[in-house]
Amino acid sequence: MTKRYEMDEAISKAVSDGEQVYFGGFTHLIPFAAGHEIIRQGQKDLEVVRTTPDLIFDQLIAAGCASKLTFSYAGNPGVGSLRGFRRAVEDGVPHEIAIEEYSHFGLVSRLAAGAKGLPFAPLQSYRGSSYLEHNESIRTIENPYDEGPNELAVVPALSPDVAIVRAQRADAEGNAHLWGITGEVVEAAFAAETVVLVVEEVVDRNVIRSDPNRTRIPGTVVDYVVEEPYGSHPSYAQGYYDRDNEAYLEWDKISQSHESTRDWLDEWVYSVANRTEYLEKLDTGRFLNLQPGTGFATTIDMGAY
Amino acid sequence: MTDYTDTELMIVRAAKELEDGDITLVGVGVPNIACNLAKRTHAPDLEMIYESGTIGSNPSKLPLSIGDPVLATGARSVVPMIESFEYYLQAGRIDVGFLGGAQIDRWGSLNSTVIGDYEDPTVRLPGSGGACEIASNTHRTVVIMPHSQRRFPEEVDFVTSPGYVGGREGRKQLGLRGGPAAVITDKAVMGFDDDGEMIVESLHPNVTTAAVLDATGWDIQFAEDVAETTPPTDHEINLIRTELDPNGIYTGDSSG
Repeated sequence: MTKRYEMDEAISKAVSDGEQVYFGGFTHLIPFAAGHEIIRQGQKDLEVVRTTPDLIFDQLIAAGCASKLTFSYAGNPGVGSLRGFRRAVEDGVPHEIAIEEYSHFGLVSRLAAGAKGLPFAPLQSYRGSSYLEHNESIRTIENPYDEGPNELAVVPALSPDVAIVRAQRADAEGNAHLWGITGEVVEAAFAAETVVLVVEEVVDRNVIRSDPNRTRIPGTVVDYVVEEPYGSHPSYAQGYYDRDNEAYLEWDKISQSHESTRDWLDEWVYSVANRTEYLEKLDTGRFLNLQPGTGFATTIDMGAY
Repeated sequence: MTDYTDTELMIVRAAKELEDGDITLVGVGVPNIACNLAKRTHAPDLEMIYESGTIGSNPSKLPLSIGDPVLATGARSVVPMIESFEYYLQAGRIDVGFLGGAQIDRWGSLNSTVIGDYEDPTVRLPGSGGACEIASNTHRTVVIMPHSQRRFPEEVDFVTSPGYVGGREGRKQLGLRGGPAAVITDKAVMGFDDDGEMIVESLHPNVTTAAVLDATGWDIQFAEDVAETTPPTDHEINLIRTELDPNGIYTGDSSG
Protein backbone atom coordinates (compact mmCIF):
# COMPACT_ATOMS: atom_id res chain seq x y z
CA MET A 1 0.00 0.00 0.00
CA THR A 2 1.42 3.36 -0.96
CA LYS A 3 2.11 5.85 1.78
CA ARG A 4 3.33 8.61 -0.50
CA TYR A 5 2.49 12.19 0.42
CA GLU A 6 3.68 15.64 -0.44
CA MET A 7 5.68 17.25 2.39
CA ASP A 8 3.03 19.80 3.39
CA GLU A 9 0.33 17.17 3.70
CA ALA A 10 2.54 14.70 5.59
CA ILE A 11 3.59 17.34 8.12
CA SER A 12 0.08 18.73 8.68
CA LYS A 13 -1.26 15.20 9.25
CA ALA A 14 1.62 13.93 11.38
CA VAL A 15 2.63 16.86 13.61
CA SER A 16 0.24 18.60 16.03
CA ASP A 17 0.81 21.40 18.53
CA GLY A 18 2.30 20.29 21.84
CA GLU A 19 3.76 17.03 20.56
CA GLN A 20 7.16 15.50 21.11
CA VAL A 21 8.98 15.36 17.79
CA TYR A 22 12.29 13.58 17.17
CA PHE A 23 14.41 14.80 14.26
CA GLY A 24 16.69 11.93 13.22
CA GLY A 25 20.14 11.98 11.64
CA PHE A 26 23.56 12.43 13.18
CA THR A 27 25.14 15.22 11.09
CA HIS A 28 24.10 13.12 8.08
CA LEU A 29 20.54 13.13 6.66
CA ILE A 30 19.17 15.89 8.87
CA PRO A 31 15.53 16.57 7.93
CA PHE A 32 15.88 20.27 7.09
CA ALA A 33 13.06 20.34 4.50
CA ALA A 34 10.62 18.83 7.00
CA GLY A 35 11.75 21.27 9.71
CA HIS A 36 11.18 24.20 7.36
CA GLU A 37 7.69 22.92 6.56
CA ILE A 38 6.90 22.83 10.31
CA ILE A 39 8.09 26.43 10.56
CA ARG A 40 5.88 27.45 7.62
CA GLN A 41 2.86 25.68 9.08
CA GLY A 42 3.57 27.21 12.49
CA GLN A 43 3.09 24.23 14.79
CA LYS A 44 3.52 25.45 18.36
CA ASP A 45 4.70 24.29 21.73
CA LEU A 46 6.64 21.32 20.39
CA GLU A 47 9.17 19.37 22.42
CA VAL A 48 11.86 18.98 19.81
CA VAL A 49 14.38 16.22 20.37
CA ARG A 50 17.64 15.24 18.69
CA THR A 51 21.17 14.36 19.75
CA THR A 52 22.72 17.36 18.02
CA PRO A 53 20.24 20.26 17.78
CA ASP A 54 22.12 21.68 14.77
CA LEU A 55 20.98 24.74 12.79
CA ILE A 56 17.48 23.32 12.33
CA PHE A 57 16.79 23.78 16.05
CA ASP A 58 18.11 27.37 16.02
CA GLN A 59 15.57 27.91 13.25
CA LEU A 60 12.68 26.16 15.03
CA ILE A 61 13.44 28.11 18.23
CA ALA A 62 13.64 31.46 16.42
CA ALA A 63 10.35 30.69 14.63
CA GLY A 64 8.66 30.08 17.98
CA CYS A 65 7.75 26.43 17.30
CA ALA A 66 9.59 24.89 20.25
CA SER A 67 8.87 25.17 23.96
CA LYS A 68 11.21 22.41 25.06
CA LEU A 69 14.45 21.02 23.74
CA THR A 70 15.85 17.60 24.62
CA PHE A 71 19.39 17.05 23.37
CA SER A 72 22.91 15.81 24.02
CA TYR A 73 25.18 18.24 22.15
CA ALA A 74 24.03 21.77 21.38
CA GLY A 75 26.73 23.18 19.13
CA ASN A 76 27.16 24.15 15.50
CA PRO A 77 29.11 20.99 14.59
CA GLY A 78 32.70 21.82 13.70
CA VAL A 79 32.07 25.57 13.97
CA GLY A 80 31.27 26.53 17.55
CA SER A 81 28.24 27.82 19.44
CA LEU A 82 24.64 27.28 18.49
CA ARG A 83 23.64 30.90 18.96
CA GLY A 84 19.84 30.68 18.77
CA PHE A 85 19.86 27.90 21.35
CA ARG A 86 22.15 29.94 23.62
CA ARG A 87 19.96 33.04 23.37
CA ALA A 88 16.94 31.00 24.44
CA VAL A 89 18.72 29.31 27.35
CA GLU A 90 20.83 32.23 28.58
CA ASP A 91 18.49 35.17 27.92
CA GLY A 92 15.03 33.74 27.17
CA VAL A 93 15.07 35.12 23.58
CA PRO A 94 12.64 34.92 21.81
CA HIS A 95 11.10 33.17 24.83
CA GLU A 96 12.07 30.91 27.71
CA ILE A 97 12.65 27.33 26.71
CA ALA A 98 12.80 24.20 28.86
CA ILE A 99 15.74 21.89 28.36
CA GLU A 100 16.37 18.25 29.20
CA GLU A 101 19.93 17.16 28.69
CA TYR A 102 21.75 13.87 28.23
CA SER A 103 25.02 12.66 26.77
CA HIS A 104 24.90 11.08 23.30
CA PHE A 105 24.84 7.55 24.65
CA GLY A 106 22.15 8.48 27.18
CA LEU A 107 19.80 9.91 24.57
CA VAL A 108 20.42 7.15 22.03
CA SER A 109 19.92 4.55 24.79
CA ARG A 110 16.56 6.17 25.57
CA LEU A 111 15.47 5.69 21.96
CA ALA A 112 16.77 2.12 21.88
CA ALA A 113 14.75 1.32 25.03
CA GLY A 114 11.68 2.87 23.37
CA ALA A 115 12.31 0.82 20.25
CA LYS A 116 12.66 -2.36 22.33
CA GLY A 117 9.57 -1.75 24.42
CA LEU A 118 11.55 -1.63 27.66
CA PRO A 119 10.90 1.00 30.35
CA PHE A 120 14.55 2.02 30.74
CA ALA A 121 18.11 1.31 29.65
CA PRO A 122 21.17 0.79 31.89
CA LEU A 123 24.47 2.34 30.87
CA GLN A 124 27.98 2.81 32.10
CA SER A 125 27.90 6.61 32.17
CA TYR A 126 27.01 9.48 34.51
CA ARG A 127 28.51 8.03 37.69
CA GLY A 128 30.92 10.62 39.05
CA SER A 129 29.38 13.33 36.85
CA SER A 130 27.00 16.19 37.70
CA TYR A 131 24.15 14.87 35.52
CA LEU A 132 22.61 12.93 38.38
CA GLU A 133 22.12 16.20 40.30
CA HIS A 134 20.57 18.11 37.42
CA ASN A 135 18.40 15.68 35.50
CA GLU A 136 15.95 13.74 37.65
CA SER A 137 15.23 11.36 34.76
CA ILE A 138 18.77 10.01 35.03
CA ARG A 139 18.81 7.63 38.00
CA THR A 140 20.84 4.76 39.36
CA ILE A 141 19.89 1.16 40.11
CA GLU A 142 21.61 -1.54 42.07
CA ASN A 143 23.23 -4.19 39.91
CA PRO A 144 21.14 -7.33 40.64
CA TYR A 145 24.07 -9.59 39.72
CA ASP A 146 27.47 -10.25 41.24
CA GLU A 147 29.59 -9.31 38.22
CA GLY A 148 30.29 -5.68 37.35
CA PRO A 149 29.83 -2.43 39.26
CA ASN A 150 27.44 -2.31 42.23
CA GLU A 151 25.43 0.49 40.73
CA LEU A 152 24.51 1.54 37.20
CA ALA A 153 22.92 4.64 35.71
CA VAL A 154 19.60 4.24 33.92
CA VAL A 155 17.67 6.45 31.51
CA PRO A 156 13.95 6.21 30.75
CA ALA A 157 12.63 4.94 27.41
CA LEU A 158 11.81 7.59 24.83
CA SER A 159 8.85 6.98 22.53
CA PRO A 160 8.29 10.26 20.69
CA ASP A 161 4.88 11.10 19.27
CA VAL A 162 6.52 11.64 15.91
CA ALA A 163 9.91 10.85 14.38
CA ILE A 164 10.98 12.56 11.20
CA VAL A 165 13.76 10.53 9.62
CA ARG A 166 15.54 10.56 6.30
CA ALA A 167 17.10 7.87 4.15
CA GLN A 168 18.57 7.77 0.66
CA ARG A 169 15.81 5.74 -0.94
CA ALA A 170 12.64 3.81 -0.18
CA ASP A 171 9.78 2.18 -1.98
CA ALA A 172 6.27 3.63 -1.75
CA GLU A 173 5.52 1.44 1.28
CA GLY A 174 8.37 3.00 3.24
CA ASN A 175 10.97 0.23 3.14
CA ALA A 176 14.12 2.30 3.28
CA HIS A 177 17.71 1.76 2.22
CA LEU A 178 20.10 3.67 4.38
CA TRP A 179 23.90 3.88 4.17
CA GLY A 180 26.78 5.98 5.41
CA ILE A 181 26.49 7.27 8.98
CA THR A 182 23.15 5.95 10.25
CA GLY A 183 23.38 7.59 13.68
CA GLU A 184 20.18 7.00 15.64
CA VAL A 185 17.79 7.02 12.66
CA VAL A 186 16.73 3.37 12.95
CA GLU A 187 16.15 3.57 16.73
CA ALA A 188 14.08 6.74 16.28
CA ALA A 189 11.90 5.11 13.62
CA PHE A 190 11.23 2.05 15.80
CA ALA A 191 10.64 4.12 18.95
CA ALA A 192 8.12 6.66 17.62
CA GLU A 193 4.34 6.39 17.42
CA THR A 194 4.23 8.06 14.01
CA VAL A 195 7.05 8.06 11.46
CA VAL A 196 7.52 10.49 8.60
CA LEU A 197 10.16 9.11 6.24
CA VAL A 198 11.66 11.60 3.80
CA VAL A 199 13.89 10.18 1.05
CA GLU A 200 16.05 11.41 -1.78
CA GLU A 201 14.17 9.16 -4.16
CA VAL A 202 11.28 6.72 -4.17
CA VAL A 203 12.29 3.58 -6.04
CA ASP A 204 10.61 0.42 -7.24
CA ARG A 205 10.13 -2.26 -4.59
CA ASN A 206 12.43 -4.57 -6.57
CA VAL A 207 15.35 -2.22 -5.92
CA ILE A 208 14.75 -2.56 -2.19
CA ARG A 209 14.19 -6.32 -2.35
CA SER A 210 17.43 -6.80 -4.32
CA ASP A 211 19.46 -5.81 -1.25
CA PRO A 212 17.48 -6.60 1.90
CA ASN A 213 20.45 -6.17 4.25
CA ARG A 214 20.48 -2.47 3.39
CA THR A 215 16.84 -2.04 4.43
CA ARG A 216 17.33 -0.50 7.86
CA ILE A 217 13.82 0.89 8.22
CA PRO A 218 10.95 -1.45 7.36
CA GLY A 219 7.77 0.01 5.90
CA THR A 220 5.82 -1.59 8.74
CA VAL A 221 6.93 1.22 11.09
CA VAL A 222 6.51 4.04 8.55
CA ASP A 223 3.33 6.13 8.18
CA TYR A 224 4.26 8.75 5.59
CA VAL A 225 6.75 8.56 2.72
CA VAL A 226 7.85 11.85 1.17
CA GLU A 227 10.21 12.16 -1.79
CA GLU A 228 12.28 15.30 -1.34
CA PRO A 229 15.57 15.48 -3.28
CA TYR A 230 18.18 17.58 -1.46
CA GLY A 231 15.85 17.56 1.53
CA SER A 232 18.81 17.55 3.92
CA HIS A 233 20.71 20.58 2.62
CA PRO A 234 22.88 22.03 4.22
CA SER A 235 23.35 18.62 5.85
CA TYR A 236 24.09 15.84 3.36
CA ALA A 237 23.07 12.50 1.91
CA GLN A 238 25.94 10.04 1.47
CA GLY A 239 26.52 9.37 -2.22
CA TYR A 240 24.06 12.10 -3.32
CA TYR A 241 25.59 15.38 -2.11
CA ASP A 242 28.18 16.61 0.38
CA ARG A 243 27.68 18.58 3.57
CA ASP A 244 27.57 22.29 2.74
CA ASN A 245 30.26 23.28 5.24
CA GLU A 246 30.15 26.89 3.99
CA ALA A 247 26.52 27.12 5.09
CA TYR A 248 27.46 25.97 8.58
CA LEU A 249 30.20 28.59 8.75
CA GLU A 250 27.80 31.25 7.38
CA TRP A 251 25.21 30.33 9.99
CA ASP A 252 27.61 31.54 12.66
CA LYS A 253 27.13 35.05 11.23
CA ILE A 254 23.46 34.77 10.24
CA SER A 255 22.54 33.66 13.76
CA GLN A 256 24.42 36.50 15.49
CA SER A 257 21.08 38.05 16.55
CA HIS A 258 17.47 36.97 16.80
CA GLU A 259 16.60 39.63 14.20
CA SER A 260 19.14 38.44 11.64
CA THR A 261 17.93 34.87 12.19
CA ARG A 262 14.33 35.99 11.60
CA ASP A 263 15.42 37.80 8.43
CA TRP A 264 16.97 34.59 7.19
CA LEU A 265 13.77 32.66 7.97
CA ASP A 266 11.74 35.29 6.09
CA GLU A 267 13.91 34.89 3.04
CA TRP A 268 14.59 31.15 3.00
CA VAL A 269 11.60 29.58 4.71
CA TYR A 270 8.52 31.82 4.83
CA SER A 271 9.06 33.34 1.36
CA VAL A 272 9.39 29.99 -0.39
CA ALA A 273 6.44 27.65 -0.76
CA ASN A 274 8.37 24.40 -0.56
CA ARG A 275 11.76 22.72 -0.98
CA THR A 276 11.67 23.04 -4.75
CA GLU A 277 11.50 26.84 -4.48
CA TYR A 278 14.27 26.79 -1.86
CA LEU A 279 16.47 24.85 -4.27
CA GLU A 280 15.64 27.17 -7.17
CA LYS A 281 16.64 30.10 -4.98
CA LEU A 282 20.04 28.59 -4.15
CA ASP A 283 22.81 29.14 -6.66
CA THR A 284 23.08 26.04 -8.85
CA GLY A 285 26.87 26.35 -8.72
CA ARG A 286 26.59 25.64 -5.04
CA PHE A 287 25.05 22.27 -5.73
CA LEU A 288 27.62 21.44 -8.37
CA ASN A 289 30.33 22.00 -5.76
CA LEU A 290 28.60 19.58 -3.43
CA GLN A 291 28.50 16.69 -5.91
CA PRO A 292 30.75 13.84 -4.77
CA GLY A 293 32.67 11.62 -7.15
CA THR A 294 31.39 8.10 -7.52
CA GLY A 295 32.52 5.38 -5.14
CA PHE A 296 30.41 2.33 -5.88
CA ALA A 297 30.32 -0.48 -3.36
CA THR A 298 31.26 -3.75 -5.04
CA THR A 299 28.16 -5.59 -6.12
CA ILE A 300 27.18 -8.53 -3.95
CA ASP A 301 25.51 -11.68 -5.17
CA MET A 302 22.40 -12.48 -3.13
CA GLY A 303 21.96 -15.56 -5.23
CA ALA A 304 18.74 -16.63 -6.88
CA TYR A 305 17.01 -19.31 -4.84
CA MET B 1 64.15 25.33 12.68
CA THR B 2 60.67 26.42 11.59
CA ASP B 3 58.76 28.63 14.01
CA TYR B 4 55.69 26.94 15.36
CA THR B 5 52.49 28.06 17.06
CA ASP B 6 51.19 26.95 20.45
CA THR B 7 48.48 24.96 18.69
CA GLU B 8 51.01 23.16 16.52
CA LEU B 9 53.08 22.27 19.56
CA MET B 10 49.97 20.86 21.26
CA ILE B 11 49.10 18.80 18.19
CA VAL B 12 52.59 17.33 17.89
CA ARG B 13 52.79 16.59 21.62
CA ALA B 14 49.32 14.99 21.60
CA ALA B 15 50.30 12.80 18.64
CA LYS B 16 53.11 11.36 20.80
CA GLU B 17 50.53 10.08 23.29
CA LEU B 18 49.39 7.61 20.65
CA GLU B 19 51.07 4.27 20.13
CA ASP B 20 51.07 2.32 16.91
CA GLY B 21 48.11 -0.05 16.89
CA ASP B 22 46.09 2.00 19.37
CA ILE B 23 42.36 2.21 18.78
CA THR B 24 41.46 5.82 19.32
CA LEU B 25 38.26 7.79 19.54
CA VAL B 26 38.94 10.99 17.65
CA GLY B 27 37.37 14.40 18.06
CA VAL B 28 37.28 17.06 15.36
CA GLY B 29 39.77 19.88 15.17
CA VAL B 30 43.06 19.61 16.99
CA PRO B 31 42.68 15.93 18.10
CA ASN B 32 41.83 14.94 14.54
CA ILE B 33 45.01 16.56 13.26
CA ALA B 34 47.03 14.95 16.07
CA CYS B 35 45.70 11.49 15.17
CA ASN B 36 46.34 11.96 11.47
CA LEU B 37 49.84 13.22 12.26
CA ALA B 38 50.56 10.14 14.38
CA LYS B 39 49.24 7.93 11.58
CA ARG B 40 51.62 9.55 9.10
CA THR B 41 54.63 9.34 11.41
CA HIS B 42 55.11 6.77 14.16
CA ALA B 43 51.68 5.07 14.27
CA PRO B 44 50.63 3.96 10.76
CA ASP B 45 48.36 1.28 12.21
CA LEU B 46 46.41 3.67 14.42
CA GLU B 47 42.71 2.79 14.19
CA MET B 48 40.53 5.91 14.19
CA ILE B 49 36.95 5.69 15.42
CA TYR B 50 34.52 8.62 15.51
CA GLU B 51 31.52 8.76 17.82
CA SER B 52 29.27 9.08 14.76
CA GLY B 53 29.96 5.36 14.29
CA THR B 54 32.68 5.32 11.66
CA ILE B 55 35.18 2.59 12.54
CA GLY B 56 38.67 2.63 11.04
CA SER B 57 38.25 5.93 9.21
CA ASN B 58 40.98 7.11 6.90
CA PRO B 59 39.80 10.56 5.82
CA SER B 60 41.24 11.86 2.54
CA LYS B 61 40.74 15.44 3.74
CA LEU B 62 40.16 17.31 6.99
CA PRO B 63 36.57 16.83 8.18
CA LEU B 64 34.77 19.87 9.57
CA SER B 65 32.55 17.71 11.77
CA ILE B 66 32.67 14.22 13.25
CA GLY B 67 29.82 13.23 10.95
CA ASP B 68 31.38 14.21 7.61
CA PRO B 69 30.95 11.74 4.71
CA VAL B 70 34.73 11.58 4.25
CA LEU B 71 34.86 9.60 7.51
CA ALA B 72 32.44 6.97 6.21
CA THR B 73 33.82 6.48 2.70
CA GLY B 74 36.58 3.86 2.80
CA ALA B 75 36.16 3.14 6.51
CA ARG B 76 36.55 -0.36 7.87
CA SER B 77 32.93 -0.28 9.01
CA VAL B 78 30.13 2.14 9.75
CA VAL B 79 27.82 1.26 12.63
CA PRO B 80 24.80 2.90 14.27
CA MET B 81 25.61 5.12 17.26
CA ILE B 82 24.12 2.64 19.69
CA GLU B 83 26.68 0.09 18.51
CA SER B 84 29.67 2.43 18.56
CA PHE B 85 28.83 3.39 22.14
CA GLU B 86 27.84 -0.10 23.35
CA TYR B 87 30.07 -2.57 21.53
CA TYR B 88 33.14 -0.42 21.07
CA LEU B 89 33.25 2.21 23.81
CA GLN B 90 31.35 0.81 26.78
CA ALA B 91 32.71 -2.71 26.26
CA GLY B 92 36.27 -1.40 26.59
CA ARG B 93 37.42 -1.76 22.97
CA ILE B 94 38.83 1.75 22.69
CA ASP B 95 42.29 2.54 24.04
CA VAL B 96 42.49 6.32 23.87
CA GLY B 97 39.98 9.14 23.76
CA PHE B 98 40.62 12.83 23.22
CA LEU B 99 38.79 15.41 25.27
CA GLY B 100 38.70 19.14 25.71
CA GLY B 101 36.51 21.44 27.73
CA ALA B 102 35.96 24.89 29.11
CA GLN B 103 37.26 23.91 32.56
CA ILE B 104 39.39 21.19 34.17
CA ASP B 105 40.06 20.64 37.87
CA ARG B 106 42.97 19.12 39.77
CA TRP B 107 41.50 15.60 39.47
CA GLY B 108 41.11 15.90 35.72
CA SER B 109 37.34 16.31 35.67
CA LEU B 110 36.16 18.35 32.72
CA ASN B 111 33.27 20.75 32.22
CA SER B 112 31.81 21.30 28.76
CA THR B 113 28.25 22.02 29.94
CA VAL B 114 27.81 25.41 31.65
CA ILE B 115 29.74 28.26 33.20
CA GLY B 116 27.91 29.41 36.32
CA ASP B 117 24.73 27.94 37.72
CA TYR B 118 23.21 25.08 35.73
CA GLU B 119 19.67 26.47 36.00
CA ASP B 120 20.70 30.03 35.19
CA PRO B 121 23.99 29.78 33.30
CA THR B 122 26.33 32.66 32.52
CA VAL B 123 27.51 30.76 29.46
CA ARG B 124 25.71 27.80 28.03
CA LEU B 125 28.23 25.43 26.42
CA PRO B 126 27.33 22.61 24.00
CA GLY B 127 27.23 19.85 26.64
CA SER B 128 28.61 16.34 26.62
CA GLY B 129 28.01 14.84 23.24
CA GLY B 130 29.96 11.65 23.79
CA ALA B 131 32.47 13.20 26.21
CA CYS B 132 30.95 11.74 29.40
CA GLU B 133 31.13 8.25 27.87
CA ILE B 134 34.63 8.72 26.46
CA ALA B 135 35.89 9.85 29.88
CA SER B 136 34.17 6.91 31.59
CA ASN B 137 35.02 4.05 29.25
CA THR B 138 38.29 4.45 27.34
CA HIS B 139 41.47 3.02 28.82
CA ARG B 140 43.05 6.47 28.91
CA THR B 141 42.12 9.98 27.87
CA VAL B 142 44.25 12.81 26.56
CA VAL B 143 43.04 16.33 27.25
CA ILE B 144 44.01 19.27 25.04
CA MET B 145 43.08 22.80 26.12
CA PRO B 146 44.50 26.28 26.66
CA HIS B 147 45.98 26.99 30.09
CA SER B 148 44.46 29.85 32.10
CA GLN B 149 43.09 30.63 35.58
CA ARG B 150 39.58 30.66 34.16
CA ARG B 151 39.98 27.23 32.59
CA PHE B 152 41.86 25.61 35.49
CA PRO B 153 39.66 26.37 38.51
CA GLU B 154 39.91 24.66 41.88
CA GLU B 155 36.51 23.15 41.17
CA VAL B 156 34.63 22.90 37.86
CA ASP B 157 31.08 24.32 37.64
CA PHE B 158 29.71 21.04 36.24
CA VAL B 159 31.38 17.64 35.90
CA THR B 160 30.56 16.62 32.34
CA SER B 161 33.41 14.12 32.06
CA PRO B 162 34.62 12.59 35.32
CA GLY B 163 38.35 12.41 36.02
CA TYR B 164 39.79 10.84 39.18
CA VAL B 165 36.65 11.61 41.19
CA GLY B 166 37.50 10.62 44.78
CA GLY B 167 41.05 9.80 43.66
CA ARG B 168 42.14 6.80 41.60
CA GLU B 169 40.47 4.44 44.05
CA GLY B 170 37.22 6.42 44.09
CA ARG B 171 37.11 6.38 40.32
CA LYS B 172 37.54 2.62 40.29
CA GLN B 173 34.76 2.17 42.83
CA LEU B 174 32.39 4.08 40.58
CA GLY B 175 32.99 1.42 37.95
CA LEU B 176 34.83 3.81 35.64
CA ARG B 177 37.65 2.57 33.43
CA GLY B 178 40.94 4.33 32.73
CA GLY B 179 41.12 8.04 33.43
CA PRO B 180 43.05 11.05 32.19
CA ALA B 181 46.63 10.20 31.24
CA ALA B 182 47.85 13.57 29.98
CA VAL B 183 46.73 17.17 29.86
CA ILE B 184 48.43 19.12 27.10
CA THR B 185 48.14 22.89 27.17
CA ASP B 186 49.85 25.85 25.54
CA LYS B 187 52.19 26.02 28.55
CA ALA B 188 52.95 22.53 29.79
CA VAL B 189 52.20 18.82 29.84
CA MET B 190 50.60 17.41 32.97
CA GLY B 191 50.17 13.83 34.14
CA PHE B 192 48.48 12.44 37.27
CA ASP B 193 50.17 11.09 40.40
CA ASP B 194 49.41 7.92 42.35
CA ASP B 195 46.41 9.57 44.02
CA GLY B 196 45.06 10.87 40.73
CA GLU B 197 46.07 14.51 41.23
CA MET B 198 47.39 16.57 38.33
CA ILE B 199 51.16 17.07 38.24
CA VAL B 200 53.28 19.11 35.81
CA GLU B 201 55.66 16.83 33.93
CA SER B 202 57.14 19.13 31.33
CA LEU B 203 57.19 22.84 30.58
CA HIS B 204 57.10 24.07 27.00
CA PRO B 205 60.16 25.99 25.79
CA ASN B 206 60.32 29.51 27.33
CA VAL B 207 57.53 28.79 29.84
CA THR B 208 58.38 29.26 33.53
CA THR B 209 57.07 27.47 36.60
CA ALA B 210 55.65 30.80 37.75
CA ALA B 211 53.66 31.18 34.53
CA VAL B 212 52.03 27.79 35.05
CA LEU B 213 51.27 28.51 38.71
CA ASP B 214 49.81 31.83 37.67
CA ALA B 215 47.52 30.20 35.11
CA THR B 216 46.27 27.48 37.47
CA GLY B 217 43.53 27.97 40.07
CA TRP B 218 45.12 25.77 42.70
CA ASP B 219 48.59 25.07 44.02
CA ILE B 220 49.51 22.66 41.25
CA GLN B 221 52.26 20.11 41.90
CA PHE B 222 55.42 19.82 39.82
CA ALA B 223 57.35 16.62 39.22
CA GLU B 224 60.84 16.58 40.75
CA ASP B 225 62.42 16.25 37.34
CA VAL B 226 60.28 18.64 35.28
CA ALA B 227 61.50 18.39 31.71
CA GLU B 228 61.28 20.74 28.76
CA THR B 229 58.69 19.67 26.19
CA THR B 230 60.37 18.54 22.99
CA PRO B 231 59.56 21.08 20.27
CA PRO B 232 58.05 19.95 16.95
CA THR B 233 60.39 18.96 14.14
CA ASP B 234 60.37 20.67 10.75
CA HIS B 235 58.92 17.48 9.25
CA GLU B 236 55.99 17.49 11.69
CA ILE B 237 55.23 21.17 11.12
CA ASN B 238 55.49 20.68 7.40
CA LEU B 239 53.00 17.79 7.48
CA ILE B 240 50.51 19.87 9.46
CA ARG B 241 50.80 22.91 7.21
CA THR B 242 50.90 21.25 3.82
CA GLU B 243 48.76 18.14 4.27
CA LEU B 244 46.72 18.00 7.46
CA ASP B 245 45.37 21.54 7.77
CA PRO B 246 46.54 23.34 4.62
CA ASN B 247 43.99 26.13 5.03
CA GLY B 248 44.88 26.69 8.66
CA ILE B 249 41.31 26.08 9.80
CA TYR B 250 42.41 24.75 13.18
CA THR B 251 46.04 25.84 13.29
CA GLY B 252 45.74 29.33 11.86
CA ASP B 253 46.28 31.12 15.16
CA SER B 254 48.26 30.45 18.30
CA SER B 255 45.46 30.91 20.81
CA GLY B 256 44.41 27.26 20.71
